Formats: sequence, structure tokens, C-alpha cells
Amino acid sequence: MISHWLKPEIRQSAGYPILLLGGVALLVSTAIGIANFGTHADIAQRQLEDLQVTLQQVVPAEYYDNEPVRDTVTIQEGDRSVQVYRARRKGQVQAVSFRTTAPGYGSSEMVLIVGVDRDGKLLGVRVISHAETPGLGDKIETSKSNWILGFTGRSLSDPPPAGWGVKKDGGVFDQFTGATITPRAVVKSIKGGLEFFATHRAVLLDEASGGHDQ
Amino acid sequence: MNDYRGIFADGLWNNNVVFAQMLALCPLMAVTSTATNGLGMGLATTAVLLASNIVVSSLRHWIAQEVRIPVYVLLIASLVTLADMAINAWLHELYKVLGLFIPLIVVNCCVLGRAESFASKQPVSAAAADGLAMGLGLTLALVLIGACREILGSATLFSHASLLLGPAFTFLETTLIKDYHGFLLMLLPPGGFLVLGFLLAGKRVIERVAEVRGVKEEFHCSVQ
Repeated sequence: MISHWLKPEIRQSAGYPILLLGGVALLVSTAIGIANFGTHADIAQRQLEDLQVTLQQVVPAEYYDNEPVRDTVTIQEGDRSVQVYRARRKGQVQAVSFRTTAPGYGSSEMVLIVGVDRDGKLLGVRVISHAETPGLGDKIETSKSNWILGFTGRSLSDPPPAGWGVKKDGGVFDQFTGATITPRAVVKSIKGGLEFFATHRAVLLDEASGGHDQ
Repeated sequence: MNDYRGIFADGLWNNNVVFAQMLALCPLMAVTSTATNGLGMGLATTAVLLASNIVVSSLRHWIAQEVRIPVYVLLIASLVTLADMAINAWLHELYKVLGLFIPLIVVNCCVLGRAESFASKQPVSAAAADGLAMGLGLTLALVLIGACREILGSATLFSHASLLLGPAFTFLETTLIKDYHGFLLMLLPPGGFLVLGFLLAGKRVIERVAEVRGVKEEFHCSVQ
């Protein structure tokens, strides 16, 4: 049956396996290339929607009339770059949101998103991804506990710098029963985010060169 | 003539991927913290198994013995990549639940195992049936283990099923005990091993009972 397609002498030649492997590799890469072309716009759109949903959680809708996901500025800090999303109303930046990271318990990183208003006050914080122990460290999620909501309204001066820690370290924020490392890292990371905002405030609020677009 | 009944009996019970072949244990431990996750992973794996069995079976006359394993790996890896892209683009809610685990299908040895031991020697229709049967058997095992762990671990069943199957399936989501404080061990990997161990023992008992009954019936027949 297959003899029409493939002569035995070809099949038994030394080069056949190589050709076969190469051929299959070519075939599947073409298929993946085509699929990538077909799905990549959809995937980008879905990711943008996801980001939009996340940003809405940390910056309330009344702060903006633009599309913060499309109004971004990238700040280079050390070896990492931070993308900042600006929420504007009537052209003026009212609030910004950006990601910040914290070392988790174990080897993985936690990623947080924070929303900060013009005056450096926190509008909201959410943990986007983490690998903390279920039942112990995962109380940083809103679905498990309200803990993360306690940061709303805080700023670098409220509590004063010495208070920016968990209670065990003399700060004002609660730790969880059985887990201190996770909340400690989150508190530190949020404080770092606020300091980042304070350092780059003028640029983030788009007021670096006199407060309007050229 | 192929014995489709036999193929399905093998896939679902006699030669079940998890309960008999003891394959696919790594993704099993990772995803079965809830029944819904198990179902999603099972269905995604079934799709890949079906596709890989069909492709491998239809290429079986061309594939040279010496390079068959690399060829299978290439084919399976690209099928999984395609599934990953498709789910990300068009079933995004599901992707958010399962996203991390879909690439894991590549290392699920049952896919390569079926390609090597069945699809490479059988006609396309039988290979497709085998892929489907093995996939469904795996799905069954994943849902069963997921359900046990979810009930013991958080006293819910099929939580977030509507994310996976659409809003019409919200009725599946049950909370068995309100204010349950959770049994953490069941949600962590050791819980998976414990549940798997008990289910394996249960399967043995059932088979044992069936065997004893079979012997008795035979005995009755011969007496008559």
C-alpha cells in the first residue's frame, strides 16, 4: 500500500531519518507560525482586557476619562523598567498605577499592582500573581481575606516611615497567623512603590516640563 | 475488525492511565486541588491525545524506526503549543484557570506512551478511539481525585465550574459545609498522593470482589 508513496530503497537510505526529522520539524514550525499569526491579535486583546480589569481594581473609575492601559510611561530604575499607567481626567493625570514585586516565601516572586493618586495616597493594592502557601500566605488575595484592602488611603506619611512594617517588627500592619514573611515582604514592596512614585512624581504626572504637552 | 469495546474498557478501567498504568502523576498532583481544574486539564489532555494519536497513526508508515521518538516529541509539543494558543485566544477564561498547566501536557508521558505503544501500530480509526478512551479515562481519574481533595480540603465541589463550562453550569458549584476552615493537607501535593493511594486500593478491592464472584459463578455453572 505504501510502496507507491515510498520506495524501500529511499526508506532504507542513511539520509532518510534526517530528512524525515527535518521535514516534520519544518511542517510543525509552519503550522505553529500560521497559528501564531492567527491568534496573536486575539491574545494581545485578551491580555489588554485582563490588564484593564486589574487596573480598575486599584484606580476607581471616577479618576479618569481616558484609557489608562494606552497612556503609559516607562521609567528605568536600575536594571529594571517599570511601566506606569496614567489615569487622566480632562487631560490632567489624577492617578497612576504600576506593578511592583516582592520576594515571596520560597523562591518565587509576588507581583503586586498599586494605584496611587496625585498626592501619593494609595487608592488600592492587589496581588496579581504569587506562589505563597495555600492557607497561610495566600491571605494576601482578596478572595481569602480583606487584609490587602487595609492599605487603601495610606501614604508615606500615614503611617510615618517607622510604622511601615508588620506589627511584629513594630509597624502598624497585621501579620497573619503562621505567616510573617509574606506580609512583611508585601508591606516593604508597597512602601517601595510609594517611594518610587515620590521620586518620579513629576514625570509620572506628566508635569516634568511645565505641566502640559508640547 | 477492531474491538472498540475493548479499547474503551481498557481506557476507562482495565488499563486506565492513572489507576492502572500509573502515568501522568506529575500533572495529576499539580492540578487536582479542585474537581473543576481536574476536568479542564482532563479535557485539554484528551484533545491533545486524540490529535496526537490520529497524527502519529496516519504518519506511521513514513516514520523511520530510528527517529520515531524525536518525531513524536516534535509532533506532541507542537500540538500542545497549538492548543495553548487556541485556548488563550478563544477560551480566555479557561486559560486563566489552566494556563500554567497546559504546557505540562507535553511532559505527560501518557501522550507519548500511547503514540509509541498503540497509535504507531494501529489504523487511524482505532488510534483515534484509543486516544479518546485513554483521555476520558484520565479525565475520570482527575475529576475523581479532584473531587475527593476538594470535598475534604475546602468542603466545596466543582467550584468555579462556570468559568470552565460557561454560566449555564453554575448549578454544579456546591458548597457542602459553610464556614469550613479547610484541611490544608488535602490541597497540597501530599493530599493528592493520599487520595490516589486510597482510590487505587478501592479499585483493587472492586476487582477482587468481581474476581471472586466470577469464580463462584463458574463453580455454579459447573455444578449444574
